[in-house]
Formats: sequence, C-alpha cells, structure tokens
Amino acid sequence: MDNLVNLLYAAVLAGTPLLFGTLGEILTEKSGNLNLGVEGMMFMGAISGLAGVYFAEMWFGEMTGIICMLIAILASFLCGAFGALIYGFLTITLRANQNVTGLTLTIFGIGFANFFGEIIASASPSKFMTISTGAKAAFANSPLIPGLAALAGEHRWIYWINKLLFSYNLLVYLGIAVALVMAWFLNKTRAGLNLRAVGEDPAAADAAGIPVNRYKYLATVIGGGICGVGGMYISMVTAYGVWVHGCVGGRGWIAVALVIFATWSPSRAIFGALVFGGLSILRMYVPLGIPIEIYDLLPYLATILVLIVTSVRQSKDHNIPKHCGFNYFREER
Amino acid sequence: MTEQAAAAVKQHEPWLRIVNRPVISRRKAWAIRAAAFIAAILCGALLILLLGHSPFAVYSEMIKGAVGSKISLVSTIKIAIPLLIAALSVALSFKMQFWNIGAEGQILAGGIAASYFALYWAGAMPALILFLLMCAAAAAAGALWGAIPALCKAKWNTNETLFTLMLNYVALGLIKYLQAGPWQKPGGHPQIAMFDDAARLPKIFDVHIGWIIAIVLVAVVSVFLSRSKHGFETAVVGQSPNTARYAGMHVGRVLVRTMIFAGALAGIVGFIQVSGADYTLTENTAGGVGFTAITVAWLAQLHPLAMMAVAVFIAVLEKGAGRIQTTYGIPASASDVLIGIILFFMLGCEFFIHYRLILRKGGKARG
Repeated sequence: MDNLVNLLYAAVLAGTPLLFGTLGEILTEKSGNLNLGVEGMMFMGAISGLAGVYFAEMWFGEMTGIICMLIAILASFLCGAFGALIYGFLTITLRANQNVTGLTLTIFGIGFANFFGEIIASASPSKFMTISTGAKAAFANSPLIPGLAALAGEHRWIYWINKLLFSYNLLVYLGIAVALVMAWFLNKTRAGLNLRAVGEDPAAADAAGIPVNRYKYLATVIGGGICGVGGMYISMVTAYGVWVHGCVGGRGWIAVALVIFATWSPSRAIFGALVFGGLSILRMYVPLGIPIEIYDLLPYLATILVLIVTSVRQSKDHNIPKHCGFNYFREER
Repeated sequence: MTEQAAAAVKQHEPWLRIVNRPVISRRKAWAIRAAAFIAAILCGALLILLLGHSPFAVYSEMIKGAVGSKISLVSTIKIAIPLLIAALSVALSFKMQFWNIGAEGQILAGGIAASYFALYWAGAMPALILFLLMCAAAAAAGALWGAIPALCKAKWNTNETLFTLMLNYVALGLIKYLQAGPWQKPGGHPQIAMFDDAARLPKIFDVHIGWIIAIVLVAVVSVFLSRSKHGFETAVVGQSPNTARYAGMHVGRVLVRTMIFAGALAGIVGFIQVSGADYTLTENTAGGVGFTAITVAWLAQLHPLAMMAVAVFIAVLEKGAGRIQTTYGIPASASDVLIGIILFFMLGCEFFIHYRLILRKGGKARG
C-alpha cells in the first residue's frame, strides 16, 4: 500500500506539467487552431519562469516565496502567450499553414530557451543559472496542513490521505483548478459556448455575430500561456530551479497526444495526465525485469496505442472540434 | 448614388480590405520572399545588437566560419548532405499533406540496420556488396518506420503527426538499449564500437561519397514528383483526397507507397551518417536533422532543386553558429532561433503573395 501511495504521489508530480500543456492545447484547439508548438511554448515558459525569478532576485534581493511564485507564473505565462501570439498572427491573420507554423514554433521555442539559458548561465559567476534556496522552497512540495502528518501516529490512512491530497507544491493545485475552471467555462458560460461554436463551425459563428478572430486569438494566446506555466513547472519543480539544457524533453508532444486521449475535455485531462505521469515514473516503483531503456519507452508506446485505439473508435465518436486544423477566411466561405 | 449614401457606404467600408490575388508574376512573388528573408535577417541582427555585438561582424564571422577555409567548407558540406536527403524525404510526405515529423526516427532506424551489417558482417564480403547491403537494410528499416503510421492513417485515419513523432522516441530508445546491452563495446561505457575500415564510406574530394548519393537522389525525387504517375498521384492526394478518389486513385495505397519511399530516403540518411560521418551509431546519429529537414523542405517550397540551395544555406548557418560560439560566446542554439525567425517570416510572406491589401482611402493596392 505504501508503495502504491508513493507511486500515485510521484505520478501526480510528473503529470502536472502534462496537465498544463494539455489544458492549454485543449483551449487552443477548441477555437479551431491546432497548435503543434506546445513543446516550444513549454520551453519558452520554462526559461522565462526561471529567468523571471533569477533576475528579480538579482535586482531586488531575496523575496518571499509567494512573490517568487507569482513572478514565475506571470513570466512563464507571458512568454508562452508570446509564442502563441506569433502562431496566432501567422495562422489567423496571415493564414499560414497551421501544421508548419506549429512545428516552426517548436523549433523556435527550443532554440529560444536553450539560447537564453546558456547566455544567462555563462554570464553568472557560478556558470549555473539557478535561484536562491529560499525561492526554491516556494516550489518545493510541502504539507498543506502542517499538523496533519504528526497527527497520523499509528493511523496509517491519515498519513496516506495527507500524502496523496495535501502535500504537493502549489502548482499542482493550480493545475487542477485551471482544469475545473476551464471545464466550467467551456460548458456553462456564454463565452465558452461561443468559443466552441467558433471551433466547430466558424462560418456559422460569424453569421451569428460572434467575433471569430477575437475568440481565436484569445483562446490561442491564453492557451499558450497555460502551456508556458507547464514548462515553468519543469524548470522550477522537476529541475529544482536550475536551468537544464533541453529540460522539457518531449513532454509537450505527449501533451498534444493527451488532448486526443482526453477527448478535448479538461476534466478528463486530469485523469490522462495522471496516467501518463505515472507511466513516466513507473520504472522506479514497479520492477518488470525488462531493460530500463525499453521501460522508458512506455509513455511513448502507450501514446501510440492511445492514438490507434482512439482513431479506430473515433469513426463513431467524434469529439475533435470540426474545424480544428483549418484556417477560416471570411471571404472564402 | 446620392452623396449621402456614398458617405454612408464609405463609413461602413473597413479601413483595410483583403483581396484575393488571382495571379502574380513569378518575379514579384520571389521579390516578396526576398524581402521577407531580408526582414528576418534584420530581425536576427537586432537580437545580436541587443546582446552587445555588431551584427555585421557576427554575420560575416558566421560566413567565414562556414566557408572560409577548406576544412570548414568540408564540414559544412557534411552537415548539408543529411539535411538535403532528409528534406527530400519530408517533402514527399508533405506533398500529400501527410505531416510526417518522424524523419528523425526513420534516420535512426536506418542507422541501426546499417550498423548491424557494419558491426557483424564487415570483412566477410567485398566492400561494394557490404555497402549495398547496408544501404538496402537502412532503406528497408526507414521504410518500415515510415510505413507503420501511414498504414494506420490509411486504415483508421490515425493522427500521423504524433505517431511519427512517438516513433522517434522508440528508435532512440532502441539505440540506447543496444548501446548498453547487446551491442555494447567491451570496456564499461554504454557505447557501440567504431566501425571497421571496410565499413566506412570512401571519400571523393575529401568528402564522403554521400554527396554523390544526395545529388543522385535529388534527381530521382525530382523526376518522381514531376514526371512519374506515382508522383502525380502523390500531389493530387495532397491537394484534395476527394478529387483523387473521384479520379479512381486508391488514396490509402498512395499514402503508404509514398511513405515507404520517404522512409527509405530517411533510412539512407542513417546509413550515410553512421558509415560516412560518425563511423559508429550513437543517440546523436540523427541529431535533429529530421526536424531541421522540415525547415529546409518548406523553405524550398517542396522543390527538390531549391532544397539543395536551402540545405547548404542552413548548413552554413549551423556551422557558422558553432564558430560564433567560440569567437563571441554566443550559444550555438542561436542558429535554431535564427532558423525559426526566418521560417516565421517566410510563412507570413506567403500571405502577401496570395492576397493584396487595399486601404480605404484611394483604393491603392499594397504588398
């Protein structure tokens, strides 16, 4: 049981960046834009979140944890949104091919992050780009209810509940909150329904008086920002606040696949992220006796399996926004 | 129309209108592309300026580093060879709007297959037969890697972008497994032994013969796309699958057949890399070539001959980026940023080729 609790706990931690990426892409795709630049935007968020705190500490000295957290969230959101804005301008206004623009954004984002990561690291006295211990603590996993662990005593189940529910870093809770808010937004609000109309049938939405391009821009840019926060999670939590060259390492792509797995539903994205987070750390908890290099392929093989299975089933059950991947030209209706 | 009505129309007319351009002269289209390219280079110059260097000095240092001496020229060409062949492969799939981003994995699969023969069969047969065997094995492995997602796409409409991408990681994982397990060189480190001299590609003019293979393949793909029935079908499937179906083409078959060809080309890149450049198989055998090839193919408008020029240009950028890292301390990732910026501009400029903007006042065309 202890082992299972530890596995789930680690799965949540590993799944959170995937959750942010998936949510950002769901919002984007709901507007009809298929942005394959998630990996790039996550990289941009990863470097900018870290750089934001790094420079803030350099200029203003050490700050309390919560301020660091806010700076990191804001910086990574803005930078991810900036990447998405480039994508949005090219595909929405200039009508460029969505696939190629997204791929270019990935190439650009990876280069952008590694470029500035190296520049900042080589300019720092220690040749490492890292933040202060105090700031790192803000992103560490810490008990939400401080006394609860001590209370557990011989009641093992209290310990388990405490570990599984109340002992993550704040970004994990933020991720779940974003998922729930997005689910509510897409299903219950007028703006959310309008957005879905834009993704399903932009011409009809346009005729109904919905400002199609405004919705597309907003969804794409905010979605990119959310992806950026997911990248920041990787540099701040997974990499403990140190810049690691190439740190996102394909998680953005898994997030794109998770959108399909979650059938474009934010609440199901939580489950998907948990499963894929679990797959990526499974080898440390469940020995299967196969070579680790093969074991590490598990998330990718599972993604392939998901792609095939959903595509076989999808002939009946279409959940993808109908106009996803196509640009909308009002003049060419 | 009364003056009042005219004023009312004028008031409601948008300040900017976008009008389809039915035809544009070739010269004008290329002028727009050239302008976008220059704008991208200026954008890069701005970035260099912000870093506190002179853009002119940095750019000229890049060019000097890439083509300034015989040694650097040779290594620039060595970068361009795999890029060019991989771009041909990518172009084939993109021509049918099959968004294959798995060239990287297909290269690695080809590399694995070629390495098997290089490691275990070198010396057992004449060199020419060994090379042919390595090349055929690499092409077959690459074709397999490309055909699987194409088959699923043809049968169930499986998302090919993600499928091909995931296969990249699978190929990479296989190499790591081979390095640490069955093919490990004695001595503890997880790496594969260097190839025997018999399994190394010979050189012509100081560059391994991959460059001849590349030029031959450019001609082959060029003829395939513009002269053959298969190439025509590939293009039609990309333009409109419904038209293709209506004309009696078997869309799924075209998809799989073209991807087998594309995968085989990428597999040959793997063979050339292990046998001509690295003399061994590592997890860096592909080294991002599969992704940069997408850039090359798209910048060249999927045109095989134009790809030769673009591949050399991108190779100059990459080699030059290595040089400015040592001279100016600008990270080599600068080339990725610059490539991204150039591609952004080139993607954006197509809009001005297909449409023109009309401002409200005077109705004068622009762009």
